[in-house]
Amino acid sequence: MWNWDYVIELLPVFLKAFPVTLGAAFLGFTLSIVFGLLFALAGRSAFWPIRWTSRAIVEFIRSTPLLVQVFFLYFSVPMLTSFAMSAFITGVIALGLHYGTYMSEVFRSGIDAVPRGQWEAATALHLSKRKTWLSVILPQALPPVVPVMGNYLIVIFKETPTLMAITLVELLLTAKTEVSASYRVFEPYTIVGLIFLVVSLIFSIGVRRLENRLSQRENPGGGGKR
Amino acid sequence: MLQLNSSARLEMNMPLLEWLPLLLDGTIITIQVALLSAIVSLLLAIAAGLGSISRYVFVRGFAKGYVEIFRACSLLVLLFWVYFALPFLDIELSKLMAAVLAIGLNVGAYGAEIVRSTIAAVSKGQHEAGIALNLSGNKRMVRIILPQAAARMIPPFGNLMIELLKSTSLVYFITLSDLTFEAMILRNNYYIWTPHIFGLLLLIYFVLSSFISVTARLLERKLTVWR
Repeated sequence: MWNWDYVIELLPVFLKAFPVTLGAAFLGFTLSIVFGLLFALAGRSAFWPIRWTSRAIVEFIRSTPLLVQVFFLYFSVPMLTSFAMSAFITGVIALGLHYGTYMSEVFRSGIDAVPRGQWEAATALHLSKRKTWLSVILPQALPPVVPVMGNYLIVIFKETPTLMAITLVELLLTAKTEVSASYRVFEPYTIVGLIFLVVSLIFSIGVRRLENRLSQRENPGGGGKR
Repeated sequence: MLQLNSSARLEMNMPLLEWLPLLLDGTIITIQVALLSAIVSLLLAIAAGLGSISRYVFVRGFAKGYVEIFRACSLLVLLFWVYFALPFLDIELSKLMAAVLAIGLNVGAYGAEIVRSTIAAVSKGQHEAGIALNLSGNKRMVRIILPQAAARMIPPFGNLMIELLKSTSLVYFITLSDLTFEAMILRNNYYIWTPHIFGLLLLIYFVLSSFISVTARLLERKLTVWR
């Protein structure tokens, strides 16, 4: 039933696909932070058309499946505009946009948690808008939400197999190709399942550690906040 | 020839009427998968959520193990495993059953965390008041704690159900003919309309999601009447 020789044969193949999965996840995560910040800031704009448009876009992206967004970006954008992107780039952009909307909620909660006095102090010191955001609000809003961001890294990592729909050769598509070549189904899919399980569990232990360290820093006894 | 053909078709209007039957079939399958896996995931969420605060170590360990493992698992990989690999252990499931099982197990693990954390969020005084009134453990849970926790559960469960609806699109990979699958068929037949077909597809999912969020809001209002 379980053929170890075949498993050993498979490992180098998966080792080759793993960086693709990991790369898509990390780049998608980075892009989701950028989009998240943009959405969060635009959602607080004083100019209502920007505020409403941003919120409507966030709502729409959050309410529709990543898979369909991936299809839309990969198959429709080249027809509507005259430029085509590789499967990898499309996947990263789709992940970044989709989870950027989730990230914007995370940032929003972080920004809302900054005490009002900080805004007033910035006004009293006559800081520019840019300066207020960059040196007063964001440095206080971001550190507490880092663990939540870490959780989204795990979520994004687990969503990367969706990108096999546009033929990105990541772990699951590699397994599928192996299955159709060898007709052995059980080992490839089980190994991929285990890889995802183990890597997510390791990530989540890391996130938990980070959470503990942050909550220690928040404690009055645990030293002042920077 | 192909060029001529597609430019000739471009001058026609969008053949929406020809698409409707397929899209409707797809919508029905999508709703079916969503409802069935919602039932499975809600049952699992309640069982594992209550299990993780059980006084029995064995039940607690089992519930927590389920939540940890299925939250760490990639849904699409799980779906592939259930549909393609399980038959090798002599467990053969239909496409629909495989989809419902995989989505139910995955979403149920997230739901269990909602159940557990909302019960934990009911203030301690409520427990103590229940003890002071000499209510039994079960009665305390059913009459005092759960009704308060349930009201708090609705908004996060609403969001979770939207996630569930979105994840039903993954059944496309095991060729279950849901909305996404039907749209891909349409795309093959009406290639030049690709952007319109996917745009329409996004719109249908958006409407279905909105339906869930409106339901959640109504339910929340109903459950918080006592406040």
